[in-house]
Amino acid sequence: MESREVIMNHYTSSPYKKSKNLDKSYQKVTTQSDSCIDHLDIFVKIEEDKIVDACFEGEACAIATSSCSILLDNCINKDLNEVKDFIKNFENMIYEYPYNEEELHETAVFKEIVKQGNRKSCAYLPYKGLKKILDKKL
Amino acid sequence: MNIEDFPMLKEDLIYLDNGATTLKPQCVIDKITEYYTKYSANAHRGDYDISFKVDQEYEKAREIVRNFIHAKYKEEVVFTSGTTESLNMIANGFFGKFLEPNDEILITQSEHASNVLPWFRLSMKLGVVVKYIPLDEHHYVTLENVKKSITPNTKVISLASITNVIGDERPIKEICEFAHKNNIFVVMDGAQSVPHRKTDVQDLDVDFLAFSGHKMCGPTGIGILYGKKELLEEMEPQNVGGGMNESFDSPNEVYLKDLPTRLEAGTPNIAGAIGLGEAIKYLESIGMDKIEDYEKKLRAYAISKLICIPHLDILNIESDSGIISFNVTDVFSQDVAYYLNKYKICVRAGNHCAKILKKETGVQNSLRVSLYFYNTESDIDNLVELLNNKEKIVEGML
Repeated sequence: MESREVIMNHYTSSPYKKSKNLDKSYQKVTTQSDSCIDHLDIFVKIEEDKIVDACFEGEACAIATSSCSILLDNCINKDLNEVKDFIKNFENMIYEYPYNEEELHETAVFKEIVKQGNRKSCAYLPYKGLKKILDKKL
Repeated sequence: MNIEDFPMLKEDLIYLDNGATTLKPQCVIDKITEYYTKYSANAHRGDYDISFKVDQEYEKAREIVRNFIHAKYKEEVVFTSGTTESLNMIANGFFGKFLEPNDEILITQSEHASNVLPWFRLSMKLGVVVKYIPLDEHHYVTLENVKKSITPNTKVISLASITNVIGDERPIKEICEFAHKNNIFVVMDGAQSVPHRKTDVQDLDVDFLAFSGHKMCGPTGIGILYGKKELLEEMEPQNVGGGMNESFDSPNEVYLKDLPTRLEAGTPNIAGAIGLGEAIKYLESIGMDKIEDYEKKLRAYAISKLICIPHLDILNIESDSGIISFNVTDVFSQDVAYYLNKYKICVRAGNHCAKILKKETGVQNSLRVSLYFYNTESDIDNLVELLNNKEKIVEGML
């Protein structure tokens, strides 16, 4: 599948869009851009240092929304340390530091984003949010 | 019109975000450069020629502003960093001094954050109550609704004269007349109106006015607080320090200078003030009536074209200013702005700092085109052509 198709699929029909009321076992984090209007609320359920479920809602552009969906897709049923490494690798790619190509998985669709300064922060926005939860936990 | 005066417009750029800030004409850039290259001294140090020149130019700028807004006295014109600082000074420095718990402040849900948050803070600090004047079906303020909203506790009405998303003009003069009969003060946020039409504070009879230089071809970081002299005399300076004091010996022996210096602590934004003076001279050379008329005609032209695009949802088909807010059906506003940016068209996407407006319009975010006199029909034609094809928008938004 082409990058554009992957991004549009996650943008228009993400399986991780919040669809029901969540109980108190979910932690919520709000992540908002300083430079544009992207606003995402991410909900994560952690059990025994593992993300067992997650979803999101909010108003954000195609890049931020699809990036959040792809991130959650790669985090569910993962150990918190694994998620932390996954985030770090994506961060390195976005900010043009050395990174592991293979471990990007589907997030590789944003590789071209690094060339578009004003959209970098859109792609990174959900990572910034999830990091806040992990920093509290780890 | 006057495109040739703007260096930025020599580039291949269509700038339609004038509600956020405006481009600068060469004469303003030259005036600022002249200060930094020919007489770059501090103010209030008249011991040597170049500092004396600073004082002269700085005060000349104040006089230009006074004349532009038709204030009675020069002392009524205070240089600030912009509308936000001016409104904070009015809320805290004046109303913070004498409002009491349960006193009421009337605003609307279409105010900019800078005319909401200072009042919210005052509400938390003093227990005063912030209330909203209901808007009519076009999101307009009517005098009738103002009358219905006041109670014996109403002390202040604080309104934008033109709002930054809907672009509606409020009947400020009529509101002042009614308010004053009821001993209510009126604060006018002029950020979106002063750059676009004549302002006469004496005719309007507003008690306070705030506006920014950068939205009217001037530099960033400079703005104006206007207040009736007898009211400014009562205003508590928010900043104390250099420049504004006459003498001090101990905490209870501090003597302050007269207006307006008392309210301008620290080294002022000299280049900003002088640049703003030049910007006003420039606008006056074109004529404020001519600017207003041109913008209205250009807006009407834009609406006549945009209204024909079926996938556009325009929030304010009717409006008194050069502001047009709209959405492309099913496409997030920021993605449309990104698409337009590929063609060097600058528009703003977002809630435009009017975050409580969504309660009123039901629309969270929108695209905003805000015009100024240097925009042209050809700018509109380019915009319309790019918005006409929805498939192209979706294709180009990534």
